[in-house]
Amino acid sequence: MSETLTGSVVKVRSAWSRRLTGHDAIILYALVAVVIIAMSSVNYFASTLTVGFLLIQVIPILLLAMPMALVIITEEIDLSVASTAGLTSAVMGVLWRDSGWDISVVMIVSVLIGVACGIFNGVLITVVGLPSLAVTIGTLALFRGLALVVIGDQKVANFPKELNTFVLSKIGSTGIPVVMIFVVLIIAIFAVVLHFTPFGRGLYALGYSKEAASFVGIRVGLAKFWLFVVTGGVAGLVGVFLTLRLASAGPDNGTGMELSVIAAVLLGGVSIFGGKGSIPGVVGGVLLIGTLTYALRLAKVPETALIIVTGGLLVISVVAPSVMGWINEKIRLSRVHKSVQGQSVPGSTHA
Amino acid sequence: MSTTTTAHEEKTGPAHALRSFFRGREIPVAGALIALVIVTSVINPRFLSPQSAKDLMLNATIVIILAVGQALVIITRNVDLSIGSILGLVAFGTGTMFNAFPGVPIPVVFVLGMVFGAVLGTINGLLVTSAKVPALVITLGTMYIYRGILSSWAGSKQYFSGDNPPEFGALSVDVFLGIPIISIVAIVVVIAVGFFMHSVRSGRDLYAIGSDPDAARLFGIAVSRRVIAAFLASGALTGLAGVLYTSRYNSVGANTGYGLELDVVAAVVVGGVAIAGGTGTVYGAAIGAILLSTITGALTATRVDKFWQQAIVGVLILSAILVDRIVSIRSAKKLRVSEARDV
Repeated sequence: MSETLTGSVVKVRSAWSRRLTGHDAIILYALVAVVIIAMSSVNYFASTLTVGFLLIQVIPILLLAMPMALVIITEEIDLSVASTAGLTSAVMGVLWRDSGWDISVVMIVSVLIGVACGIFNGVLITVVGLPSLAVTIGTLALFRGLALVVIGDQKVANFPKELNTFVLSKIGSTGIPVVMIFVVLIIAIFAVVLHFTPFGRGLYALGYSKEAASFVGIRVGLAKFWLFVVTGGVAGLVGVFLTLRLASAGPDNGTGMELSVIAAVLLGGVSIFGGKGSIPGVVGGVLLIGTLTYALRLAKVPETALIIVTGGLLVISVVAPSVMGWINEKIRLSRVHKSVQGQSVPGSTHA
Repeated sequence: MSTTTTAHEEKTGPAHALRSFFRGREIPVAGALIALVIVTSVINPRFLSPQSAKDLMLNATIVIILAVGQALVIITRNVDLSIGSILGLVAFGTGTMFNAFPGVPIPVVFVLGMVFGAVLGTINGLLVTSAKVPALVITLGTMYIYRGILSSWAGSKQYFSGDNPPEFGALSVDVFLGIPIISIVAIVVVIAVGFFMHSVRSGRDLYAIGSDPDAARLFGIAVSRRVIAAFLASGALTGLAGVLYTSRYNSVGANTGYGLELDVVAAVVVGGVAIAGGTGTVYGAAIGAILLSTITGALTATRVDKFWQQAIVGVLILSAILVDRIVSIRSAKKLRVSEARDV
């Protein structure tokens, strides 16, 4: 009787302590710690310029991390996002140079190219039933290759000046880029969809067990298909954003970004096995990597060594839980062992 | 009744051997390679001139060795994304060694390079097996870490082929029976590992692990040890490739081998090794590597816009996966029918 009571007490406490010691919280603590340490020890870190530079650099990864988190939660992966952004950028450049359309039409068509890339991935993965890892390695090469075919090794740079200034403009004196408003909006949409809609909750079920999810009425194929389409669309947006920010469209915009995005998403607590993860955690993961590398760069740590930080954080974030689990299991076992011994000793004297 | 006897005849006769040969997953890839070479040399006869053929072989060599190592890992249902960084570290290490000890014997350099690669590969293997996290994540992390170590070690320093002893550079210039020496190394590696995977027990274990890790464990296979060994072997082969890279190419520095990992995975997948593990051969992986590296040469020889190259690689990867899917659906159907007949 007393045992069940303590059990429920432990459960109540663990709901709170889980929230405070969960992965999201740890990432948040780490982020706050990094910011505080950097503000007190790194010259020039504590300024509004930092906010601006940091955010403008982080935005592409932050945007791509949103659909990527959803895709990984359903136990799939998309390695082609950076190539999709590159293709979008290339198409945007060529359309602007050759078509004579208005820039807004060019931008819309470019984003639609991203959507088309997503549809292509989605069809191969959900309709044909191929593994997403293999498909997106293929489309990683294909989309980047098409970007080269479209624009060659040229650059298009004569985009309207106002758009570049707009992308780089800040809200008042806060240093926060104006574009950040749209980014926050997109993050909010993803957070609401994932955490507060049946569709989003279904994605977790899907990541845990495809069969179980389809038994409870989730249309597995359709859900995944839309995720890849959305991923393509967001990658298209990122392609347009990169083009405007750099004021240059080329075949190599965003190269290699897919791995940074995946690293940030996994660091943010999304399980590569699917079924686990949250949008706040992912945002924290992206900001943690971004802030840490920015602070170290300001502290004149060589550019080349920064990459170790990304890799180290990623490995620690995935190895630590299983090491912790192993230690907890040991402690639990020894406790059980002790209590069994404690029970069996009086038991034997009775008998 | 008569159907079963013919079925038995089919299974034992030479016709069956021939048929299973043609059903192998390497055959479509090899066919594509041969077709590519024939078409290209018809359009441009100089494509198969001795000098150009030698260049083709030299270009394929390093990717072949990397693909063989990667195939070992992928067959166990893992993947090693850090090989580009490992290759860079070993290549730069080789340059450093020749610079610091100019008289060092070349075989020692090869052994040290392979040991260095093996150590880095083993770190991957230990992390993967102890953390029970997919290799994709771990090796993504070590890819960054190894590359970061290389970058801080190398800085902006580069070693050029002129800094190495001439005999070392000669390895990728001299030919034996028309084949460059370093390509002979690659051929030996392919045959040795191919034999190991086909006929040695621990090689077969790798397939069992890739098809179903849990079943393999129940069957008594030391899964963790085999997986670590696969990473070790992949690391050692990458180390070998790193040493050969230093011999073949003009310079090694902080960026050596950057982005190579996805090319190699692509070559392996094109060669018919399923990314989900358990199927495929290192011969297939090697043919895939030759195919992908030959395409570049073929496009130049036929004066196709060089910008098409990467898109074609993408199409090849996708068609390889598609073929793989069709083959596996067919064989599953065949298996169901034959099992039903036995019942």
